[in-house]
Amino acid sequence: MDRNDRLAISVKGLTKRFGAFTAVDHITFDVAGGEIFGFLGANGAGKTTAMRMLCGLSFPTEGKGWVAGFDIMKQSEQIKKHIGYMSQRFSLYDDLTVVENMRLFAGIYGMKTSDAKLRIDELLSQLHFGQERHAIVGSLPLGWKQKLSFSVATIHRPEILFLDEPTGGVDPITRRQFWELIYSSVNEGMTVFVTTHYMDEAEYCNRLSVMVDGQIKALNTPKELKLQYGVDTMDEVFRRIARGATRSE
Amino acid sequence: MLHILRDSRTMVIVLLIPVILMFLFGFAISTEVNNVNVVAVAPVQNDYIRGVLSRISENQYMTFKGCIAPKDIDATLRQSRADAVMVFNHDRPVPKIELIMDASNTTVAQSAAACLRGIIASEGGGMTEFVTMRMLYNPQMKSSYNFVPGIMGMLFILICAMMTSVSIVREKETGTMEVLLVSPVRPMHVIITKLVPYFVLSCVVLAAILLIAYGLLGLPLSATVLNVVWVSLLYILLSLALGILISTMTERQVTALLVSAMLFMLPVIMLSGMLFPIENMPEVLQWVSYLVPARWYIDTMRKLMIEQLPVSGVWENIMVMGGMTLLIVIIAIRKFNDQLE
Repeated sequence: MDRNDRLAISVKGLTKRFGAFTAVDHITFDVAGGEIFGFLGANGAGKTTAMRMLCGLSFPTEGKGWVAGFDIMKQSEQIKKHIGYMSQRFSLYDDLTVVENMRLFAGIYGMKTSDAKLRIDELLSQLHFGQERHAIVGSLPLGWKQKLSFSVATIHRPEILFLDEPTGGVDPITRRQFWELIYSSVNEGMTVFVTTHYMDEAEYCNRLSVMVDGQIKALNTPKELKLQYGVDTMDEVFRRIARGATRSE
Repeated sequence: MLHILRDSRTMVIVLLIPVILMFLFGFAISTEVNNVNVVAVAPVQNDYIRGVLSRISENQYMTFKGCIAPKDIDATLRQSRADAVMVFNHDRPVPKIELIMDASNTTVAQSAAACLRGIIASEGGGMTEFVTMRMLYNPQMKSSYNFVPGIMGMLFILICAMMTSVSIVREKETGTMEVLLVSPVRPMHVIITKLVPYFVLSCVVLAAILLIAYGLLGLPLSATVLNVVWVSLLYILLSLALGILISTMTERQVTALLVSAMLFMLPVIMLSGMLFPIENMPEVLQWVSYLVPARWYIDTMRKLMIEQLPVSGVWENIMVMGGMTLLIVIIAIRKFNDQLE
């Protein structure tokens, strides 16, 4: 079976409650294989919580979900082998070098040493890292760090890549380069699930969902969404959808 | 100002430390000795002996525990049933008195000896030349002997509990823990890999301490060294478990540091018997000291290294430490899993 025919993510009525607070409220959506799926929403709308459930970092209170064909309730260990995750915060080891970080994560994902070496060389040339490969990660500029985090998240060629606000605080040129990295991963067959606050980036996604107060209020291609709301930019679409939000930080 | 107030945990600790220290030093901990248990070997009793013994009974720092047979002297001291034995050798009106002290704790031995000499002197009217003294287990009264177990008790808590907890909490703080948790590596595996370096480090430290203690300080070498090693390994495991426990309770490195300082370093220094004899503390604090793992370890080490007791003599302590380790590991694992939801 071609992997692109299969749904990468399928979620039905997924809910997470923290006490009386419902962070994620019955969300339902599918992500096709090979798709770039944008997961939008204001701060505090429940994006990160939803993503954490998909990655097996937190158990849903209610609902069903499959990631890479595995049940999120029962097979989180399997899911973890098939996904890559890049956190909102830079989260590599600051006191290791670029190559050491890559080796560490290659080891964590159980890659063979010879495979890991080839993959690391490939990723480093893709990042245009030359001498910097032996630099201590803590000393790199933020944009470089983010690109490095991305590469580390893809080191084991995961089926699905989860990116949580990957370009926060990054300059426009680096952001552009970042999206080129995302596209080349998709060309290699990965599915990308990305959250962002930059509406120009939202335009790069195949499909978008917009979360408001824990619920998905809109889900379509960027083009259809603009048509539906009769506006010219995603910025305007987002503003119209998010207008009714009662939760904010 | 608000910023400081909102960080309630740090605030509580900062405010508690001075109060607890004042309380400990002011009321509880003293370097003076009381509760010295004295037994006598007196085959024949006369007025003089009765006089000395009744003075001991009346003394607020001493407790007279009765008479024993000469052959039981060693066993009584080794099993800590008494700290000092007073042997009356002759049935002369003023007998020759021999004091046998358990010197494995130098502080207690020295003060107790001085106190007992005083009592004998006042009763015998300046006849102290008849008193001879024997210090058992640490004949030169070297305080370095006494400090070795204490230092060990403190160091392992420092290396294992404090450094481990800080290093695990650091992963949480920098976000690398999250990345590790998304990976197929099992959470327990992550924790164990974090522990291994500190375990190795502790073993190196243990080897260094033992080499210095037995090589340079001249601690008497005997078969008990092996026991010292494995009991220390048990204590190292206990400390590592404590480290995991703190790391599951805290989110920030600073808090982890403060909590370990508060919960472990202070009690280890104050209540473990490392500096201040536990017998001198008020009963409440003695009970608290039962909860301090270092107390059991330091006591065991004193008995094994200085008194050269066989393992059977410290079995109780070892069981307590083993039980503590098991309990803490269970609590730590449970808390760790709770955190993952």
